[in-house]
Amino acid sequence: MTNYIIRRLLLVPVLLIGVTLIIFGMLQLLGPVERSALYVTDFPKNEKQIEGIIKKYGLEDPFFQQYWRWLTGVTDPVTGERDGGIIYGDFGYSRTASQEVIGIIQNRFLHTVDLALWTVFPYLSVGIWMGVKAAVNQNKFFDQAARVYSIIGTSLPAFVFGLLLLMLLYANNQWFLPGKMSDWVSQLVYSGEFKQYTKLLSIDALLNLRFDIFWDAMRHMIMPILSLSYISWATYVRVTRSSMLETLRMDYVTTARAKGLKEKDVINKHARPNAMLPVVTMMGSSIVGLLGGVVITETVFNYPGIGKAAAEAASQLDVVTILGLAIFTGFILIISNLVVDILYAFIDPRVRLS
Amino acid sequence: MTEMTTFPTGDNQLLEETKSDRKITWLEKFLGPDNYRIVTGLLKTPASIIGFILILIFILVAVFAPVIAPPVGDDPMKIPRDGFSGEPKAPGAEWTRNVPEMPFWYKTLTGNDEWVHLLGTAQGQYDIFYGIIWGTRTAFRTGLIVVIATVLIGVILGSIAAYYGGWVDNLIMRITDIFMTLPYIMMALIFSSVLTPILGRSLLPPLIAMITFGWMGYARIIRSDILSIKERDFVLAARASGVKNGRILFKHILPNAIFPTLVLASLGIGDVVLGFAALSFLGIGTEIGYADWGQVLSFARNWITVLNRYWFIVVYPGLTLTFFVMGWNLIGDAMRDVLDPRMRGKS
Repeated sequence: MTNYIIRRLLLVPVLLIGVTLIIFGMLQLLGPVERSALYVTDFPKNEKQIEGIIKKYGLEDPFFQQYWRWLTGVTDPVTGERDGGIIYGDFGYSRTASQEVIGIIQNRFLHTVDLALWTVFPYLSVGIWMGVKAAVNQNKFFDQAARVYSIIGTSLPAFVFGLLLLMLLYANNQWFLPGKMSDWVSQLVYSGEFKQYTKLLSIDALLNLRFDIFWDAMRHMIMPILSLSYISWATYVRVTRSSMLETLRMDYVTTARAKGLKEKDVINKHARPNAMLPVVTMMGSSIVGLLGGVVITETVFNYPGIGKAAAEAASQLDVVTILGLAIFTGFILIISNLVVDILYAFIDPRVRLS
Repeated sequence: MTEMTTFPTGDNQLLEETKSDRKITWLEKFLGPDNYRIVTGLLKTPASIIGFILILIFILVAVFAPVIAPPVGDDPMKIPRDGFSGEPKAPGAEWTRNVPEMPFWYKTLTGNDEWVHLLGTAQGQYDIFYGIIWGTRTAFRTGLIVVIATVLIGVILGSIAAYYGGWVDNLIMRITDIFMTLPYIMMALIFSSVLTPILGRSLLPPLIAMITFGWMGYARIIRSDILSIKERDFVLAARASGVKNGRILFKHILPNAIFPTLVLASLGIGDVVLGFAALSFLGIGTEIGYADWGQVLSFARNWITVLNRYWFIVVYPGLTLTFFVMGWNLIGDAMRDVLDPRMRGKS
């Protein structure tokens, strides 16, 4: 086990270097003037200034020198101030949003966390539940319905589904709303009466015992949660169902039945835990999918998270910003993949022995 | 050992029984039994047949686009505009400017004498019907280009990794891992927005971006297929007779390993089109007014408060895209069952 964890940890720096190299490689496709946004906030105005900046920050140096400088920043020899350096969280300056990229992340990421927090459980569990139920009722109505659902769910694009939700649940009768919070909530939040313990709106509302605010937050999040989850449900149904069907044909399940166990115990205690292995393997890539999915979902529902920030920056071609966001997402993904892999090794002994 | 001069005579019942009683068609001879099983397996289930029919309809629409919706102006891929007003028009609204020619089917099917906006217009008076019909061509074009390019990259890298093994394999597979860490749609979005200022607004930036971040799956599949074929006797025989590495790999191993990958890849067109539509929905890619489903859908983004009134901007292109992807997915599901040996002979 320790061996496996050490080997897996050794992979982290490799992944970090690889991901940063890919993103830095993309940055190098820009001209040196645009890249100056990594270090300075003003756009250089005249020839002389451009030259000075290129020289000071070495924007025309060889690739790996620049890469190193991009990682660690440039220290001014006179004042001793450091500019740039992504390992210090300085991702550059966003000219379209007129603020530091790290500031965008600080503002927006918590909104995404707020959304993801409420999404993760339904995202991972509902599909498994449907898949198990479909397999147990093979070829009955629930099974057929689940199979049809899995085909439609994997074919319907998230943004079409999102727009349909908006059409049915918002434009018609305003049951659920796009955006992050209603006006009266945002006034309250910024007035200071509302204590922000965690900066996650839904959690803060619960901690302040303001259930009206909690309900408002939920009204804004239910459509994004559905829109993030339904695709994952569709894939989990299929995988769980086929894995469960296979397990139900195993000899030990027959043995359990022959012992006279109740069917409920056969399914819940003998079959289901063993059928979960291929499903758990999927969870890592599911989380990657969730972080990719927020780009589209947040844009459709105008939810001010990090995904929407990325989509906005991309459509305005603000490359420094979007690559800063990409680095940040890359870090998060590498860490969450690590956690999932180690958890998986605890569940499945075959992984840590291979 | 005595020499046998005559063949054994008498009751050859056993021999007769071992003979296959089914006819082996030319197709099976041509493809070989394994690949033949894949092809016939694909045509067995009703779901995959529906899938094939859907795809066939889309192919027909793409081929006969000029007949279904006669082009207006020089570039048929530009959606014709009926004026410049921002307000979308409902289906059946009269077409006043840039009226296209009337195709032969129009009068008999609709009973109208005048050309109307069959499926309404989006903001800027882009005709949705034209966007959908000509968008089919965009879909097939992007799907085919990206699939062919990603398969090529994947097959080359995957087969080199599998055949040479050792550090080459390690290096290539670690690079694959790194690319797989990153979320596909986000990276495609980012890379195409990096490429857009360099290449201009066109199909190219999203295509290149999707190719760059889309080859990893194929590399993994072909690698594992080659690893199993590499150990077969005919490879050993080729090596023993002094055939060069590259020739063994590309002439002896690949043709025997590539068929499942090719079928899987051709089914990837649905996913590629989905990703491409998502990118143009987010505002990356072709210039505004290019016939492309994602772009027609992106017009709906400005009207979310009144989508119940302008439902046609979402529903028509949305359904088209869904049916397109569903066609490929239905075939893909059948394919997965055929390729999965555990599912052989089961439901």
